[in-house]
Amino acid sequence: MASKKILIPLHENDVAPRFDLATEVQIVTGAGKSGSAVKRLVVLPRASADQLCHLILTENIQTVICSGIEDDYYQYLTWKRIEVIDSVVGSCNLALKRYFEGKLKPGDIL
Amino acid sequence: MEKADSHDTLTNIGDSIRALSDRSGAIPPRINNLFNIPIDFSELFDEIAIGVVVLSLERKIVVMNQTLKALTGFSQKEFRGFDCAHILRSNICLHDCPVLRFDEKSGPKCIEGNLINKERQLIPIRITSAPLKNINGKIIGFLETVEDIRLLRKLDESSSHAYNFNNIVGRSPQMQKIFQILPSLAQSDSSVLITGETGTGKDMVAETIHHASNRAKGPFAKINCGALPDTLLESELFGHHKGAFTGAVENKPGRIQLANNGTLYLTEIGDLPLALQVKLLTFLDDKEVFPLGSIKGFTADVRIIAATHRNLEQMAGGGQFRKDLLFRLNVIRLHLPPLRDRHGDIQLLLDHFLNTLSTQLGKKNHVLSRKALKILLTYTYPGNVRELKNIIEYALNICGDRQIKTKHLPSYLMEPDPFDVSDAAQQPASPLASNTDQIRYIRSEPDQNWPDIEKRMILEALIKAGGRKNKAAASLGWARSTLWRKMSQYGIS
Repeated sequence: MASKKILIPLHENDVAPRFDLATEVQIVTGAGKSGSAVKRLVVLPRASADQLCHLILTENIQTVICSGIEDDYYQYLTWKRIEVIDSVVGSCNLALKRYFEGKLKPGDIL
Repeated sequence: MEKADSHDTLTNIGDSIRALSDRSGAIPPRINNLFNIPIDFSELFDEIAIGVVVLSLERKIVVMNQTLKALTGFSQKEFRGFDCAHILRSNICLHDCPVLRFDEKSGPKCIEGNLINKERQLIPIRITSAPLKNINGKIIGFLETVEDIRLLRKLDESSSHAYNFNNIVGRSPQMQKIFQILPSLAQSDSSVLITGETGTGKDMVAETIHHASNRAKGPFAKINCGALPDTLLESELFGHHKGAFTGAVENKPGRIQLANNGTLYLTEIGDLPLALQVKLLTFLDDKEVFPLGSIKGFTADVRIIAATHRNLEQMAGGGQFRKDLLFRLNVIRLHLPPLRDRHGDIQLLLDHFLNTLSTQLGKKNHVLSRKALKILLTYTYPGNVRELKNIIEYALNICGDRQIKTKHLPSYLMEPDPFDVSDAAQQPASPLASNTDQIRYIRSEPDQNWPDIEKRMILEALIKAGGRKNKAAASLGWARSTLWRKMSQYGIS
C-alpha cells in the first residue's frame, strides 16, 4: 500500500462518535504493516465540522475514518475526492490496524 | 473498547426484571414474577412506540427497543455492551450526559438535543433519563427514552412564522388560539369536528391537522356528504361488491378503505342522510367496514375529521342528526370564527392575497386605493375568507394599473343595501360617505327591522330636504304619493 494520510476524529482513545463534535484528531501518515506510521495529535480550538473539513483539505488528507457524520459533510468530502469510512465504532488503533490490513468498511463495529 | 461485564440485573415495582446483557444474544432478557411464567422482555420493549434503552451503571447498552434501533440505524447484534454515546451518537451524550448527575434521590431528567443516525441524518431528539433502582433504592442502571421530535420542530418553525400556520393566515386572538392548539390536536388520534360558516377555512384546517399528524404519510381522503345522492354516497363511503346492484360490474373500495392508516375528512357532515349516519356510527364503534353487498368486512384504521356549517346540536334536537353520532364526532370541537369577528385579520388577509395572487397571476405588486381599502375593510364578508380572496382575484384581473380603485372592485360591494342605509346616513363626517352617497356598504345594526329603517330613512330625507316633501320623495326615489302614504303608515306628521 502506498503511503497515505489518514485523519481520525478522537474521543479519548476511540473514534469520536460525532465528526462535528470532535475537539481532537489524529493524523496518521503511513503505509500500513510494511512502512512506519507517523501519528500526530491535533487539538482543535473548538468543535466544528466546517473547521474540520478545512483542516482535512489543508492537510491533504486522503482518508477520513469517523463515526457519525452529517450527510452534507460526507458528500462534500467525497466530492473533494476524500475517502470517508464512516459509522466506525471502536478504538482508534484498532480502526487503523484494520484499515492498513484493507479490512475496514463503513459501519464496522470493532 | 471495553464491553459490558457479566449480566445486569434490573428491578422494577418490587418484582425482579432480569435483563441479561448477553452479547451473543443466546439468552434473551426476561421478566420474572410479573406473570406466572417469565415473559420475553425484548418483545414487550419493542411494543413501545418511542425509543427506549436500558443502560448499565457504566453507561453501556443492555437492551434497546426496535423503535430506537430504527432511529439510530444500529441492529440488535451491534449495540450490546457498547458505550451509549457511540451508538446513540447524540450531542447530549458527549456534553451533557444526564446519567452522570444521578444519585439515589434523583428523578427523571429531560433534555433536548440531536443525534446522527447511520443514514447520516441529523435528527432532533428529546431524551428523558431516569435511574433504575433495586428494591433497596440503590441505582443499578438507567432507563432512557429517546423521542424523535422532527415533526414538533417543523411545527414550531411553521407556527413561529408571524401570523401564519401552514398557509392559514390570521393574527386575531381567536385565530392565535386555534394556531396554538392545532399542533397538539394533530398529535392525537381523536375525532375532530370543525364548525364554522362557509369560507372560514374548514378544509384547510382539516388538511393541516392531517399533515401535522403521525398519519401524514397516509392518505387524506375527502368526501362531501352533501354532494351525492344517498345510494351513491353509501357506495362512495363504504365501497361495493361486484354485483351488489345494477352496474356494479367490479369491486370498488370505499373512501374509508382508501383512507386506511390515514385521515377521512367528511365535509358537510350535517347533510349526511340518517340511514348513512347509522352505518357511519357502526363503523366508528367497530372500526370495521362492510362494503355494499359484501358479507366480508375489513378493519380500517382511520382518523375521522368532520366539518359542517350547520348547527348539529339544533339538528340533533330536531331529530335530523343522530345524537350518538354527534357525541362520537364531537370529541374535539374546533370552531372557526367568521371573518367579520376576526378583528385585524381583514387587512392582513388583503395584503396576503394581494401578494400571493399577484404572483400567481403573473402581475406586478398592486396596492389598494384609500377608498377601495375602506370599502373592503368595512364590508361584512358573508362568504368569509373565500369571498375576500375572490374579490381580490377579481380586482387583480380587472385592474390594469398598479392601484386598485373602487371601480375595480365587484359592483355588488357598492350596490345599495337597505339594511345599511341608516348607518351610512349616520356617518356624514366620513369623507367617504360624503363623497359617495350611493355607496351603501356599512354594516347594519343587528336588531333593526325594515319598518324602523324605512321610518328613519324618511325622517332623514325630510330633514335633509328642509321639510319639503317633493324634494324628500325625489331623494328617496319615490313618488310624492308614496311618501305621503308611508308617512301616514308610520305616523309621521
